[in-house]
Amino acid sequence: MVQRKAKNMKWETVIGVEVHVETNTKTKMFCRCSADYFGAKPNTHVCPVCLGLPGALPTTNEEAIKKCIIVGLALGCDISERSIFERKNYFYPDLPKGYQISQYRWPLCVGGSIDIEGKNRKKTIRINRAHQEEDTGKLSHRGNETFIDFNRSGLPLVEIVTEADFRDSSEVRDYGKKLQQIIRAIGVSKADMEKGDMRLEANISVRPEGQKELPNYRVELKNINSFKFIADAIDTEVARQIEILESGGKISQQTRGYNEDKHETFLQREKEEANDYRYFPEPDLLPLVPDRALVEKLKLKANASDPAKKLTVLVAKYNLGEKLVSTLMGQGMVEFFEEAVQISGDGSAKALATYITNRKIDPTKQKPQDLVDEINAKGQNMAGQNQIVEASKEAIEQSEKMVTDYKAGKTNSIQGLIGQVMKKTQGKADPQKAREILEKLLK
Amino acid sequence: MNDITSLSLTHTIIDLKDKKFSPQELNTAYLARIQKLNPKLNAYLHLNESSDKIPVAIKDLISVKDLPMTCGSRILEGYVPPYNATVVNKLASNGISIIGKTNLDEFAMGSSGENSAYSPAKNPWDTTKVPGGSSSGSAVAVSADLCAFALGTDTGGSIRQPASLCGVVGLKPSYGRVSRYGAQAMASSLDQIGPITKTVEDAKLVLSWIEGEDGQDNNVVSKSKIQSPPLKNLKGAKVGIPIEYFREGLDSEVEKVVKAAINKLKDLGAEVVEVSLPNTKYAVSVYYLIMASEVSSNLARYDGIRFGQDRSKFGPETKRRIMLGTFALSTGYFDDYFIKAAKVRTLIRNDFKEAFKKCDVIVGPVSPTVAWNIGKKTQDPLAMYLSDVYTIPSALAGLPGLSVPCGFASNLPVGLQILGQYMNDETVLSVGQQYQEATEWYKERPKT
Amino acid sequence: MAKIKIDHIAKLANLPLSSEEKELYEKQLSAILDYVEQVESADTKEVEPTFNVIESVNNLQKDQTVSGLTQDEALGNATNKKDGFIVSRGVFENE
Repeated sequence: MVQRKAKNMKWETVIGVEVHVETNTKTKMFCRCSADYFGAKPNTHVCPVCLGLPGALPTTNEEAIKKCIIVGLALGCDISERSIFERKNYFYPDLPKGYQISQYRWPLCVGGSIDIEGKNRKKTIRINRAHQEEDTGKLSHRGNETFIDFNRSGLPLVEIVTEADFRDSSEVRDYGKKLQQIIRAIGVSKADMEKGDMRLEANISVRPEGQKELPNYRVELKNINSFKFIADAIDTEVARQIEILESGGKISQQTRGYNEDKHETFLQREKEEANDYRYFPEPDLLPLVPDRALVEKLKLKANASDPAKKLTVLVAKYNLGEKLVSTLMGQGMVEFFEEAVQISGDGSAKALATYITNRKIDPTKQKPQDLVDEINAKGQNMAGQNQIVEASKEAIEQSEKMVTDYKAGKTNSIQGLIGQVMKKTQGKADPQKAREILEKLLK
Repeated sequence: MNDITSLSLTHTIIDLKDKKFSPQELNTAYLARIQKLNPKLNAYLHLNESSDKIPVAIKDLISVKDLPMTCGSRILEGYVPPYNATVVNKLASNGISIIGKTNLDEFAMGSSGENSAYSPAKNPWDTTKVPGGSSSGSAVAVSADLCAFALGTDTGGSIRQPASLCGVVGLKPSYGRVSRYGAQAMASSLDQIGPITKTVEDAKLVLSWIEGEDGQDNNVVSKSKIQSPPLKNLKGAKVGIPIEYFREGLDSEVEKVVKAAINKLKDLGAEVVEVSLPNTKYAVSVYYLIMASEVSSNLARYDGIRFGQDRSKFGPETKRRIMLGTFALSTGYFDDYFIKAAKVRTLIRNDFKEAFKKCDVIVGPVSPTVAWNIGKKTQDPLAMYLSDVYTIPSALAGLPGLSVPCGFASNLPVGLQILGQYMNDETVLSVGQQYQEATEWYKERPKT
Repeated sequence: MAKIKIDHIAKLANLPLSSEEKELYEKQLSAILDYVEQVESADTKEVEPTFNVIESVNNLQKDQTVSGLTQDEALGNATNKKDGFIVSRGVFENE
């Protein structure tokens, strides 16, 4: 008998998260093809191994293993004494060998946790494991054909799996951001979601409030490639599930994608019971037994970049706001910033930090010295965009008359507002920029 | 008549150095002989007429750049590897060139050569008989003097058994001695590339060329870590005879020949001791569970997208093993089949470790029978599997094994199997060498 | 004794089998299973499984690039290719 659930029943969301991070090694995980494939012509960064040709064999990338260990250490995981790669067997055109080399029973990093802010209180999210695996090729679809580029095939991926500890979408978003910050701080990946080097999947289910057991199904939500959409995607899916449950329906085990334009999730794959990956130990690779002295050495790397510690240190050291430092860290520009400060002195820390965060500097194209020279050349004109916007808003608020005059057609009165902005920024704002911003705000 | 094609590899090298003939003359002679005999023997699937150095025959699941490779299967029709296997590069840097790719059971799955999709190779001693398998074409090519030497692969006996049935020398090196890179995997934890040659010293020479690290096979043990002193003299050496290898199933004629060979070793000064390998009875079962499991995964790359045809083109034995292996790994059966087999594999390894406390080498038959009639076992896969009962246990333990010609039963060749401790390939080769010098069975060649 | 669900296993193995093949394999595989199930009688209490006979570990490779295949070589054996891509029949996941 199907029991109809009461409409006013309270539901609790249960979410576990899997994040894949592509680590920034020079070569792929199991072959020595260049991993620097972004923007390259299709199938130009490939070899017999990552194309899965007959006779090719994998060999393990030492640097990737180190980076996986650093990730594990930064998340407070235990590093296994002995870890074994396994084959995950399934067929798909982007998987050249017909199996993915992954870890299942013997992952490299086990346990660990991440603290997040949560809605009302701090919360600890338990990490189940962080393990090493390889990426697949990239598919694109045109008409009824599928086009395959194997440049990405075999790139190192660290998969970080949490327990089902999340109770709402904001927790997942906070977790994602915190994890991204950590990954960037330890320097193992740019962790850019839009570029796909950090990918988040949420396993979502709902249960009646008060129920202790985990629900007997879960929906895997994929394709969330921006922080902007995490909350919406999850909320949409939770609402869909509650609606089905409230109308007495049953939710099947499935994989769903998220369409950010339509604000809805859609079915990708119905998980059949036939889904049996037949994991078994990869006979082509020897077990990993990390050298304990190496693990200790890597611990220093992981700790030195503990973002929580680093944030406090930087705030105190340079007398900067937490938000500014956190932005710097988020952009992965701390090292660049510190070098620039060394050149031009501690007194310029705030101005430099503001400048760097506003300009989105590309450290591969510009050196800290160049930046300092650029700022010096501009003399005093170095108030950043945000600073000008803030000053402009203040000026508008405080100068009612000039605003009314401007809106009444006396456009010259904007000069007065510009003067206010210059004053508020101690003359460091570019007047032309100030005019543009003011004009926009007054529209 | 002493044609240059009858020379051993070692003698060919000497004669070339002495300019008794040129590399061109050598290749011309071999190609002429191949043209004459291959239509009857079907040893080669593909010839390389531009071979210009000492000619080797390569089992057609080892990749040679720009030469077609079929693995004996229709699924690879038209495939041309864009790279060389490590062993091919190593041979090339030792003055060897490839004269052709040899016939085999599809994906090395078989003990008779009959699972080739390109019709089986024939035994040069009697073309109504199978040559053994799966390195059938390689053994036939060496036996019929269609190459100076050949490479095969051995997973459960695929070098030693056809060598035995064709009356040539075959060495399965210790697992981890030779890089597998470029050889299509059958069962990755068992596969090993090795030489099939006219003499034991040839096998030793080829091993020295192809062994060692290449950075592309994670499972190759560094040469510097291998200590394998050759056994200089049989006097005082202990030769172990496993009682389990002389029980029911062993053809009485074959037994007589093998026992005579053991007596010869005794005459040469060896002390013969009885040893027991009690878990031998599980070996074929363990082998079929582990091998099929690995096969099911290793052949998953054949999806017809990047190379080859679609999966319906696999032959019947290949499909059978893929099905068996998929089943053994599937949910609910993994622990009872795959893991259980992996544990019994440990017992089999321990049997050998115990036995080698009492002896330097273990000696016995390679195959329970001589070459059988073509077609005899094709309808009974299990009977076919059981013909590898003496080569499978040592393969599971990763040990080196040599087949040396030791006489004839019913006018067909019989091989003596010499097994050594893990990585003691040199010991095995030196016992084989001393036996060969004292008997000269290896000089017998089929009339063709 | 375990019974093989031929359809299920064939699907997992991605093998298109005819009904004749299914019937034949069902018979042959059950005979083979009947034989290999004798491993059950081996006493493996406290025995570690052997996955690899090599007892060493790691053997990792340095993170240094080695040149691979050209695009032509990579595509050389594919029957269906276009604009540098390898093409397969469409897979649809609403992606």
